[in-house]
Amino acid sequence: MNIFNMTIHELHTALKGKQISSVEATSAMLKRIEAVEPNVGSFITVTPEHALAAAGKADQLIAQGACELLTGIPLAIKDIFLTEGIRTTCGSRILHNFIPPYSATSWEKLCDCGAVLLGKLNQDEFAMGSSNESSAYGTTRNPWDTTCIPGGSSGGSAAAVAARQAIATLGTDTGGSIRQPASHCGCVGLKPTYGRVSRYGVIAYASSLDQVGPLTRDVADCAVMLGALAGHDPKDSTSVDTPVPDYSATLSQGVKGLRIGLPKEYFIDGLDPDVQKAMDAAIDTYRRLGAEFVDISLPHTDYAVATYYLIATAEASSNLARYDGVRFGHRAEADGLLEMYTKSRSEGFGSEVKRRIMLGTYALSSGYYDAYYVKAQKVRTLIMNDFISAFADVDVMLTPVAPTPAFKVGEKINDPLQMYLSDIFTIPVNLAGTCAMSIPAGFSAAGLPIGLQLIGKPFGEETVLQAGFAFEQATEWHTRKATI
Amino acid sequence: MKYQPVIGLEVHVQLLTDTKIFCGCSTKFGAEPNSQTCPVCLGLPGALPVLNKKVVEFAIKAGLSTNCSITPRSIFARKNYFYPDLPKGYQISQFEDPICQHGWLDIAVDGDTVKRIGITRIHMEEDAGKLVHGELSGPGDGSGVDLNRACTPLLEVVSEPDLRTSDEAVTYLKQLHQIVTWLGICDGNMEEGSFRCDANVSVMPVGSNTLGTRAEIKNVNSFKFVKQAIEYEIQRQIDLIEDGGTVVQETRLFDPNSGTTRSMRSKEEAHDYRYFPDPDLVPLVISDEWINRSRQELPELPEQRRQRFMDELGLPLYDAEVLTASRALADYFEAGIAAHSNAKAVGNWIMGEITRALNDSGTAIEACPIAPGQLAELLTLIDNGTISGKIAKTVFDEMWRSGKAPQVIVEEQGLVQVSDGDAIERMIDEIMAANAGQVDEYRSGKEKVFGFFVGQVMKASKGKANPSVVNELLLGKLKG
Ligand SMILES: [Zn+2]
Repeated sequence: MNIFNMTIHELHTALKGKQISSVEATSAMLKRIEAVEPNVGSFITVTPEHALAAAGKADQLIAQGACELLTGIPLAIKDIFLTEGIRTTCGSRILHNFIPPYSATSWEKLCDCGAVLLGKLNQDEFAMGSSNESSAYGTTRNPWDTTCIPGGSSGGSAAAVAARQAIATLGTDTGGSIRQPASHCGCVGLKPTYGRVSRYGVIAYASSLDQVGPLTRDVADCAVMLGALAGHDPKDSTSVDTPVPDYSATLSQGVKGLRIGLPKEYFIDGLDPDVQKAMDAAIDTYRRLGAEFVDISLPHTDYAVATYYLIATAEASSNLARYDGVRFGHRAEADGLLEMYTKSRSEGFGSEVKRRIMLGTYALSSGYYDAYYVKAQKVRTLIMNDFISAFADVDVMLTPVAPTPAFKVGEKINDPLQMYLSDIFTIPVNLAGTCAMSIPAGFSAAGLPIGLQLIGKPFGEETVLQAGFAFEQATEWHTRKATI
Repeated sequence: MKYQPVIGLEVHVQLLTDTKIFCGCSTKFGAEPNSQTCPVCLGLPGALPVLNKKVVEFAIKAGLSTNCSITPRSIFARKNYFYPDLPKGYQISQFEDPICQHGWLDIAVDGDTVKRIGITRIHMEEDAGKLVHGELSGPGDGSGVDLNRACTPLLEVVSEPDLRTSDEAVTYLKQLHQIVTWLGICDGNMEEGSFRCDANVSVMPVGSNTLGTRAEIKNVNSFKFVKQAIEYEIQRQIDLIEDGGTVVQETRLFDPNSGTTRSMRSKEEAHDYRYFPDPDLVPLVISDEWINRSRQELPELPEQRRQRFMDELGLPLYDAEVLTASRALADYFEAGIAAHSNAKAVGNWIMGEITRALNDSGTAIEACPIAPGQLAELLTLIDNGTISGKIAKTVFDEMWRSGKAPQVIVEEQGLVQVSDGDAIERMIDEIMAANAGQVDEYRSGKEKVFGFFVGQVMKASKGKANPSVVNELLLGKLKG
């Protein structure tokens, strides 16, 4: 078997059994990256020296008998995670020269497990986008069809898994940025509950919505990654101090008697027929496995996208104020302070980022604050309450991830509203602050992957992973590989 | 027309915590530029604030000491604006739901009248860094940014517009200054900016109910300047109105060199700070238990202590006020009266000799070389007649210089008072014999000469003769 096709579990077995070393595995991955990168463009920065050095260290650990599940596993992470000494751009020109002096907690935790960093992955600029087209470092292509987008904003993270350029990857999800590209690229992507994983060292887009999560080949790998990432971080006041369960241990408990909710607002007329078909088939599968279905309603779903684009942009307008050319990042030549600010930011930010900064600034402006930001917060509370009442009757919810499979590169680039609507099923989960996972659930007639979304209760990742694992055991969608 | 000034003060109080409000960096003053920084206070991407609990404790203490109610669930907000000394492009502050609200201070105006000045709110916030101009290493005439001060904890204490004169403003400010230094939450150093004040000033015709347009005066960093700036601004606004002009809402800067204020930015140029709750910080929940614990930990405040000095020790108001000027001074006094029962005498010595010596040498009471117990010993030596009050001053000076115990100094220098009647009588006899003319003068009714004889005896005894014994014997002898 090709090393680059392996899951974390498979490679771990090979490493532990000394059939292969981490340096060999890492070299194989680097070769694979080199081979397919021209067609995919998943990476902003590949870090072969770091990778081989870390792999060498991992091999020493393995030789000493200390081989944890992630020891020596070659991973790649979205370029939104700060990596000490390694350039971190967040997909933006304004950070083209930014070498962070510290690392994100989430990445540090994986490092502590012995993971190997292959490089930093492409993304929409500052995680603002659903197609990876807003990156300042070129558009990542969907490995299943390189004329299509991989989704976004963690497009590079999903494409790298699908193109087998990394065994697993890290992404972030603010409005669907892990789940939507995972769905489009046919991999597993989990957005944990807000507060489950530390945000420290992750470049902020919308602080009250951002959450770190893994993208993997299968659910079992996802459980391993989440276990390594989760937990309270004293450096992040919003990270929550609740115990981290052993996600792998309870994975195979099955779905017999599991009550699955089908929110009627997510199964709308305009849904792509291939997506609808995949959902129907998934429901059948779960029924066969002994799950029960309950029709539920999340009545404020219609307001989610508008609410999101007020709250997320308001927070972003403030979060992105620090990119002013004074202390780090891109600084334009200028005669005075105001000109330095204006030119640095005009040159450094792309159009989507500028659009959202302006939108957010407007929403927070005196005279508009109550009508926009405050009202959006109120609607957010209503949306949260929708989920709380619905979860009184069900254990998880099953919905599509996106209304359509991956669209063509350039198809929606000039129509921001259409682009925003591609996150219609993922956004409410971020507003509610709960967890959800995308898993492969079929293919369109054109051969593009279709994901299904399992939404869990707050800190209900265990149940979501169990439900995902049961589906995976009963289907073979996740085993299919993009031919690239 | 007569005008009524209306004044409100916004005071920034820099807190004496060891570390900054949202990170673990040191707050020490005067370190190498940017040496006390980390990703959080540098505003690096990905960095997140974590609230320093000590700051909350200090804020609660300040609130309780100014009669505020403590907000059970208070919120941090972002105040957004661009400036190179503000690394994140926003300042973390509080806007809606600040930690302390609805307080007051009672101040004395015109001697005895007490006036209640409302305190609208006290909120916590981070300080900005500092721009350094000119003195940079490196080429050009650029400016540098020193972020050591960035993220230093501040309280902002906002008063109601209840003040009417510059004197009231200064009285209020001094009282607030006394409280925060008394609590030990601020060093009170106005020159270094640890306690700084902005004043909102407006005028309206006497009898009017409508407040005039106000100007906000920034950068007034001494009590004297506060008085100057407010008085200048009141007059400026009155002159402007009298000349047919109108006062515009603006921010003005006080220039301590000229004693005037000048326009800094108009209302139109004012920032729209776009305040909104900081999503990186969870709401600060303060339990009743926490508030009660803080209340119990509060020291006795200046006002309470003043009252107690008057009620229990019988001190006059003036003495009580002077002796509670600072917590350290009041503590010194209390330590003194613990070792000596005459509170009035201890107080007099502290207000007299001790204060003079401290002022002359520029020493703080905390560093006073004479311990309160030693002062008490000195007073005991006077009480038991070992030394006279006059000699005591000589002993005091020597104690200040050498740090020796008063008993030791008295013995070493032979300063023990002479109360022995025979010895004094001998001296009197000699002096009377040598000054027969003055004896006659006295006896012929010129009683003022008595003082001359006392002086001569004290001189002969080198000041050691017990004055009351001298008086008694002298009177007997002169009367013949
Ligand atoms: Zn710091």
